[in-house]
Amino acid sequence: MSVHDKTASVAPVAADDRPTVLSVRNLDISVRTEAGILPLVQNLSFDLQRGETLAIAGESGSGKSLTSLAIMGLLPPPAVHVASGEILFDGEDLTKLPETRLQRLRGDRIAMIFQEPMTALNPVMRIGDQLTEAIRAHEPMSARAARVRALNALQAVRLTEPERRLKQYPHELSGGMRQRVVIAIAIALRPDVMIADEPTTALDVTVQREVLDLLRDLATDMGMALILITHDMGVVAEMADRVLVMQKGQLVEQAPVHALFSTPQMPYTQQLLSSVPRMGKGRDSTVDTSACPLVSIRDLRVTYDLRGGILDRVQARVHAVEKINFDIFVGETFAVVGESGCGKSTVARALTGLVPHQGVIELEGKLMLRDRVSQKANTRAMQMVFQDPMAALNGRMTVGDLVREPLVIHAIGTAQSRADRAAELFERVGLGTDALDRYPHEFSGGQRQRICIARALALNPKLIIADESVSALDVSVQATVLDLLQELKAEFGMSYLFISHDMAVVENFADRVAVMYLGQIVEIGSSAQVFGNPQHQYTRRLIAAAPYPDPSRPIPPRGKLATELKSPVLPVGQSPEILRYQSIGEGHLVAV
Amino acid sequence: MTVVETNIVSLPPTAWQRLKKRKLALFGMALIFATLSGAIFAPYLTPYEPNNQMFDGLTLQGAPMAPGAQFALGTDLLGRDLLTRILYGARTSLIIGLVANGVALIIGTFVGVTAGYFGGILGSVLMRFTDLMMAFPALLLAICLAAIFQPSLWIVAMVIATVNWVQTARVLYAETASLSQREFIAAERTLGAGNMRILFRHILPHLTPTIIVWGTLGISTTVLLEATLSFLGVGVQPPTPSWGNIIFENQTYFQAAPWLVFFPGLAIVTLALAFNLVGDALRDVLDPTQRGRA
Repeated sequence: MSVHDKTASVAPVAADDRPTVLSVRNLDISVRTEAGILPLVQNLSFDLQRGETLAIAGESGSGKSLTSLAIMGLLPPPAVHVASGEILFDGEDLTKLPETRLQRLRGDRIAMIFQEPMTALNPVMRIGDQLTEAIRAHEPMSARAARVRALNALQAVRLTEPERRLKQYPHELSGGMRQRVVIAIAIALRPDVMIADEPTTALDVTVQREVLDLLRDLATDMGMALILITHDMGVVAEMADRVLVMQKGQLVEQAPVHALFSTPQMPYTQQLLSSVPRMGKGRDSTVDTSACPLVSIRDLRVTYDLRGGILDRVQARVHAVEKINFDIFVGETFAVVGESGCGKSTVARALTGLVPHQGVIELEGKLMLRDRVSQKANTRAMQMVFQDPMAALNGRMTVGDLVREPLVIHAIGTAQSRADRAAELFERVGLGTDALDRYPHEFSGGQRQRICIARALALNPKLIIADESVSALDVSVQATVLDLLQELKAEFGMSYLFISHDMAVVENFADRVAVMYLGQIVEIGSSAQVFGNPQHQYTRRLIAAAPYPDPSRPIPPRGKLATELKSPVLPVGQSPEILRYQSIGEGHLVAV
Repeated sequence: MTVVETNIVSLPPTAWQRLKKRKLALFGMALIFATLSGAIFAPYLTPYEPNNQMFDGLTLQGAPMAPGAQFALGTDLLGRDLLTRILYGARTSLIIGLVANGVALIIGTFVGVTAGYFGGILGSVLMRFTDLMMAFPALLLAICLAAIFQPSLWIVAMVIATVNWVQTARVLYAETASLSQREFIAAERTLGAGNMRILFRHILPHLTPTIIVWGTLGISTTVLLEATLSFLGVGVQPPTPSWGNIIFENQTYFQAAPWLVFFPGLAIVTLALAFNLVGDALRDVLDPTQRGRA
């Protein structure tokens, strides 16, 4: 970049008189590709004060993670590099420090927490060894003294039974506990700055609540400056003092959190905030539930055997779905909501025949059979849209071929009529027909999901199963895809089985909702019933845990200590207790 | 992650364009091309016949001639021109390299993909058989088979194929097993696609790079195995020249006439090296997980 640019941007004046610990000046990050050098982050400047929580918010490709990696000196070499600018920490420019000096700073003065705790921890090392190793790498001390420090750190992150945790391996802990261990390693040396890159994105919403509370308390107690990188405006609202909004490598807006949410200045920020789904009291269903249901599920049960031992005997059984019942009516959006491992995706897989199941599934009053011929017929009535469109599309076929494929499989029409149908579907989902000859990797995430939707529509199904279909999308893209799904439903009159972990999305999108926990439904009713008048304590907990994109809303009361989750794995011969339901009226059922 | 999301201005270069940038791969391809031309145009490149025992091919004492003006690489014990025999021997080596390896590749792909895709008891049986073949000394098996059947060019090719499919099967088994778990395969099932469609339209195209790479690397193994078998006398039978049996025939005179062992040995090493260079380069350019590495 030119000298002129550098003089043009003036460092923002600190809002208060707390000392500045970290200062980024005119940072440019570029990547060398075979097509030349591309800028990834351009002319970014900000200051971080002691004890402050600064959120860097933005959608994928905004450069927020790269910025944090640049501060840590961890940009993936050799292609990605800091092109110009400085990162001042303690009077030194981190971009110019040699690797040996950076190593001493990392972990000691500046610590980082990554998104996925399982990959951040060494799977073959005990938790205690990982902690003491990190401590002794920076401060020479006896193993015994390091162990005491490690124990203190584990207590600080509110892990139960810290002594026992020291001797455990990462796989023995739940996701939330692992993230606490990662945080314990990060805070063990009392760093000045902690960078948390999407620290709760991989966690369930109730666990996310606990980890966010913990991070907030630790930052206050230790006077740490926290840089929180997130795509979730709800998390921003609850955590941040100040917010940087980034888009495509550039700083869009920088403001204190209250100002940003109440009076966003830039159009991009306004658009970002308006596309965040907000929780309310649910919406009333207008679907006629007196008619014959489209799909009727009775006593659906899916179990997996866990084998082990020398003789490879069945040692335990995963009760993924345990005797659940529900109906989906014509033209209805039926949502199944729950946390990971509750069995919601297994319901979808059982419906489509991807996993064997017990129990009865009826389609328009007729029992669904699983032999080869019936199974092929079933797929015409029922189509699925997966979570990750990139994974669900064969990357070696053109998207046109992919959308035509269901027609070829079912021998519908001629080559010409199939091509016409593909073009028509592409137009309908908002993609140009000139895109038909391209490959999946040439599209953005949202466009790819539109391709999957077009493919699912090709057979004119009566039911589309959307398994976390918008969860992997950026929030603004998510809003447009949900709008598209809503329009298509009105146009073609099909039903949706909408599976999601996101309470806010479900509340705004579904007619009726089932809340699942450990393979069973704990509450079922219309969106208005479940969200407006939640009866089961688990439903209430889920609703309370969802981050709310409004900084002035009081933060709900503290969660308790991290405890081990209940598991759907039971020894052979044992069955979970089947829940019994109480009717609250008008189809609203609650487990008792 | 973030890098992928940025706008890539132009299309990524094709595999061939990336391959062209690798000097060693080009060198390897040049060597293969030279060997191939030598084998095809052998009659035009040399004035002698491979099996012609020439009177002036031996010294007056009856010893082979050293490399010189008349015989570029010298002659062998029977007065045959060594260069001619090596050129004709290249035909044997390449035919066996391509045919034996092609058959091995087909068997390996069939076994590996079937076991990996269907799994279960069928998969276990196939893979345990593969393990058994892997544990069995390949050379011993080849010698046994060659001893049972009358050794000829084609028999040798088949013998080599029956021992060389094992690695391919193992590699493709692992890759197919992981491909079968990928979500796009589940997506195809929900569209109503049958096994044959999934195998041929969705699994095999993803395996092509691996098959190409193992095919190329396998050729050098095959050429070496042929040379070994011929050297041991159970491979291609004289008087048909092959690089291995040239060495076998002349090994006893190694000290008096070292060129008789040196030149065919050099030919074997060079061709094996050439296929390895090309195979390695192909693996690097075709494997997306290796992309971006130096």
